[in-house]
Amino acid sequence: MANIIGGVATSHVPAIGKAIADKKQNDPYWKPFFSGFDFVHQWLQREKPDIAVFFYNDHGLNFFLDKMPTFAVGAADAYHNDDEGWGLPVARSFAGDAKFSWHLIETLVADEFDVTMCQDMLVDHAVAVPMQLMWPDAKEWPVRIVPVSVNTVQHPLPSAARCFKFGRSIGRAIESYPGNQRVLVVGTGGLSHQLDGERAGFINPEFDRLCMDKIAGDPEALTGYSSEELVELAGTQGVEFLNWIAMRGALTGHVTEAFRNYHIPISNTAAATMVFDHQPQPQRKAA
Amino acid sequence: MEHHDIPGTTIFDGDQARKGLALNRMCFSFNSAENREAFRRDEDAYCAKYGLTKEQREAVRERNVLKMLAVGGNVYYLAKLAGIFGLNVQDLGAQQTGMSVEEFKQKLVAAGRQ
Repeated sequence: MANIIGGVATSHVPAIGKAIADKKQNDPYWKPFFSGFDFVHQWLQREKPDIAVFFYNDHGLNFFLDKMPTFAVGAADAYHNDDEGWGLPVARSFAGDAKFSWHLIETLVADEFDVTMCQDMLVDHAVAVPMQLMWPDAKEWPVRIVPVSVNTVQHPLPSAARCFKFGRSIGRAIESYPGNQRVLVVGTGGLSHQLDGERAGFINPEFDRLCMDKIAGDPEALTGYSSEELVELAGTQGVEFLNWIAMRGALTGHVTEAFRNYHIPISNTAAATMVFDHQPQPQRKAA
Repeated sequence: MEHHDIPGTTIFDGDQARKGLALNRMCFSFNSAENREAFRRDEDAYCAKYGLTKEQREAVRERNVLKMLAVGGNVYYLAKLAGIFGLNVQDLGAQQTGMSVEEFKQKLVAAGRQ
């Protein structure tokens, strides 16, 4: 069966994509964020995933507010990025794994997560930027991806508890897929930030630290927050932390924090990167 | 819908989404360079084509982000409109908080020293 090798969580601010395009990784403003990826690169080189499942939110590239799915799963063999209107260069396309995606979808629906299934799905900076951060020098992307979009834009949002269970279902689906694929789960966005309103620029390091401290060993401490509480504590866009919670849910076994980097500010955002090691639960022996 | 009051913050719920549909739909169209150019060429005609309300048209004409939010704009979509004017989310933050862009950036840097 396929193996979950671990998780990566990272901010996905569009300005990071711009900094990559402009080769600003070593500028004093950017270095504290980008240097946090040295560990990630070594870890990925060692762990060598074949497939990466991305929990992210679409920012109005693939979905508009006319039809907004709570959870949507890509089921294609290729995914493309495109012009998002704010000047980011279009990223090169990503390979998918439709067969693997359909297995996730089958399991999710059997688990009563009635997802939107997407055979065409543009992926925005929330997938492209983390890919560029994780594999900056790759001539070809070393993984096939499954984009899993979580609605963190249009309230009512799925609750943190629901996102955790949704991730859990995907984790079980991965571990029941025939083969020996090495699967990475990725949660993108966050941490605290708010772009809109008189409270624009709101950042909450205390809450961010609590999230980072609890997510590996005690995620249930974070799943009791309502969406409105998350808005209050993390900001209107800090609710992207739901993507991290779904990623954590997909890590079904024993989870330990391997690395974290936290830096304020990147643009309007408290930027964070974390890596999680994952030991699967021992399989019960057949009687 | 009633929400817990968070100062300086609007929850983008169904009420906001209904109010803002025309404005957000126009902003969504700015994913296309051709549409951005059409807006630049004739802003009035472009806004009329998307059926903006009088209040939405005014907020866009004034480039006033808080007013755009009040008439249902969602910031992820408004950011695409702002891109046409060469403004990024830090420029938007400065405008909404009544600070200079430099002051707004400093406020964020200061948050990192907490």
